[in-house]
Amino acid sequence: MIGAVAKLGRATMRAIASIGRVTLFALAALRHMVTPPFYPREFGQALLNIGWYSLPVVGMTALFTGAALALQIYAGSSRFNAESVVPQIVAIGMLRELGPVLGALMVAARVASSIAAEIGTMKVTEQIDALVTLSTHPMKYLTAPRVLAATLSLPMLVAVGDTIGVMGGYLVSTTRLGFNSATYLQNTVDFIEPWDIGSGLVKGAVFGFLIALMGCFFGMHSARGAQGVGAATKAAVVAASVLILAANYLLTEAFFAA
Amino acid sequence: MIELENIHKSFGRKHVLRGVNLTVPKGESMVIIGGSGTGKSVTIKCVLGLVTPDQGVIRVDGQDVTKAERDSFLARFGMLFQGAALFDSLHVWENVAFRLLRGSLKRPRAEARELAIEKLRRVGLKPDVADLYPAELSGGMQKRVGLARAIAADPEIIFFDEPTTGLDPIMAGVINDLIREIVVEMGATAVTITHDMTSVRAIADQVAMLHDGVIQWTGPVGELDHCPDPYVSQFIHGRAEGPIEAVR
Repeated sequence: MIGAVAKLGRATMRAIASIGRVTLFALAALRHMVTPPFYPREFGQALLNIGWYSLPVVGMTALFTGAALALQIYAGSSRFNAESVVPQIVAIGMLRELGPVLGALMVAARVASSIAAEIGTMKVTEQIDALVTLSTHPMKYLTAPRVLAATLSLPMLVAVGDTIGVMGGYLVSTTRLGFNSATYLQNTVDFIEPWDIGSGLVKGAVFGFLIALMGCFFGMHSARGAQGVGAATKAAVVAASVLILAANYLLTEAFFAA
Repeated sequence: MIELENIHKSFGRKHVLRGVNLTVPKGESMVIIGGSGTGKSVTIKCVLGLVTPDQGVIRVDGQDVTKAERDSFLARFGMLFQGAALFDSLHVWENVAFRLLRGSLKRPRAEARELAIEKLRRVGLKPDVADLYPAELSGGMQKRVGLARAIAADPEIIFFDEPTTGLDPIMAGVINDLIREIVVEMGATAVTITHDMTSVRAIADQVAMLHDGVIQWTGPVGELDHCPDPYVSQFIHGRAEGPIEAVR
């Protein structure tokens, strides 16, 4: 009995210590983002890797999600003769929830893993020590540009994903479900409010911050060897995904709870 | 001059350094020998601030390293890492000129590139290597690029961590000769970590033997072969029998 309580206590202490470490790391990342020296080349490269190269995967995810959403809403709403709500629900579903969340989850899989693997490999091959000996702070050179780039590029990706997702719903609705093209678009535009778009973009920025933060955190704390880098990569993706879903709930609660 | 006074460092339950005392005179080439896992790398990482000692004082030219301004302190050092530790995402010349492209020693890119190519030439590499990535180079070439990076900003103190590990004997000889030439030419203070006795004889003015977390013996390289210390004797002759346990 005492052994079980001790185990629970140790696990709780470890969890609290981990939260503390991540929080301190996040604060350090924020501080290094706003204090010189800045590394514009590294920032530009991160913007390209995180933002531009994620466009295809985010676009494809949004397209198929929007299309499937239209089919589901049509099937559901037809049970009480409310098929006409498809454009509105597709729009609100994509803009407020599915665009930011699914887009961020795809970017987490793509980017958090690659950041953790890259920085983890740098750590085990002493490249991070080399950076320090060359008078370059690893948090400034590696973490700050990536976290800033992800925080800025995720809202852009969400905006593109939202548009493509709504278009996916539009394509299925007009070609398969018999909706009039002009009416569908008009209903969508009339229904959307600025905060539907804005809330999704804010979520995108928060998710982007979390994705890069987890990639950098687990990369910097990677254990030695290939196994250590592999474990860091896995942990970064899992932590980023869970944090995205948890943050999404909290933000939705903050933005839309009555 | 580098002075280490009673340096202790533990990692968890493993007490790696148990009171290291060592003085490296200015302009001398000190080689630290010792078996794998005896804390040689930890010792130089303590000097550079990459590892914080649990106890003890490290002074460089009389100044406590913990009180030195970090950037200007590190600008005095160059380091060649065991695996070269080149940045994979940068071209060879950008690796060599890393310090010259940012921070207090920043120069225009074209000038930094020229300097990098000059340093590459100094370590026997042709200018066409400059635009390759580290992954495109052999192990020996990577070590030479690492060496070029270590000397790029003309440091006063250079650390070499296992400079010949993983190289064939001929390339190891080339690296040893380069290190010796560069150290003499630049008048730099050098600290080399190795367990390669050919390197020791080629590079060292002074030798220190680290074992069991303390410096067991230190003296000029000329006295190494006649050293009465049983630890040094066992190590330099590579005997399995002696005070150093073969299984660690």
